[in-house]
Amino acid sequence: MTPSTTELAVTPADHRVARYAAAAIVLSVAEAAIPMPLPGVKPGLGNIITLVVLARWGWREAVWVVLLRVFATSLLLGQFLAPGFFLSLSGALVSLVVLGLATHLPRRFFGPVSLSVLAAFGHFAGQLLVARLWLVPHQGVFYLVPVFALAAVVFGTVNGLVAARLMRALPARR
Amino acid sequence: MKPAWREWLAELRPGDALVIVGGLAFAVFAATRLWQGGVARWAEVRLAGAVVARVPLDRATRIAADGPLGQTLVEVAPGRARVLSDPGPRQYCVQQGWLNRAGAVAICAPNQVSLRLLGDAPDYDTLNY
Repeated sequence: MTPSTTELAVTPADHRVARYAAAAIVLSVAEAAIPMPLPGVKPGLGNIITLVVLARWGWREAVWVVLLRVFATSLLLGQFLAPGFFLSLSGALVSLVVLGLATHLPRRFFGPVSLSVLAAFGHFAGQLLVARLWLVPHQGVFYLVPVFALAAVVFGTVNGLVAARLMRALPARR
Repeated sequence: MKPAWREWLAELRPGDALVIVGGLAFAVFAATRLWQGGVARWAEVRLAGAVVARVPLDRATRIAADGPLGQTLVEVAPGRARVLSDPGPRQYCVQQGWLNRAGAVAICAPNQVSLRLLGDAPDYDTLNY
């Protein structure tokens, strides 16, 4: 076998991103098995990992982990380039922007729960935007806004609390 | 030892409560704004396709329409309306009883009278499959 002529330098950050992304993918695939009464409403357990990465390693690594999760999960579930994939992607992108802005909130008053709830709102806003512009070009999609908002608050709070507890339990910066 | 749920709640910071309450307020606000569509505000009575009367559904009143068979009487009450009496042979529109949602229709075909409830926003006027 010819030895490869290109050498890819793998940094510790790469390992870290890969590990966190793997955990997030596992959670996302696992939650796909949970039956939900309404399409589009799901706990978003993968975002627990996003919150941990964001708090410990910053926004850039969180972006990597989220995008890897979205792509890999859709491939694993056979949804790559299907409408559900674009909904996930748009939701993830908007929630990343929201998280990027929300990290500037004073940490003393706004913990992981705030970030989680805000990110969940970003998620459903991004999904709804794409759904309205592309999939369901009718005002009818907004009929579900209250349901999505309630789900965002509930699941956002739960995920945020789990992330906060997880960060207490995990050894620092690993 | 503190109960487990107290430990969980200890993770909440003041701003978090603010965000949660704000999110819930948004959900409630959105529900009240977006789920109003079905509320009927007006009753419209037509005779042979022409509008005879359009009255708001906030006070009781009666509307009479004189069709080819005789008089059809529509009763309007706060929030609802019905066909009180009709000279038609089968009385379908009378048996429908009170209508209370926007878009609901009672048609007394033999006498060419129809009663329709309208919301604030125009709803579908036709659906076909």
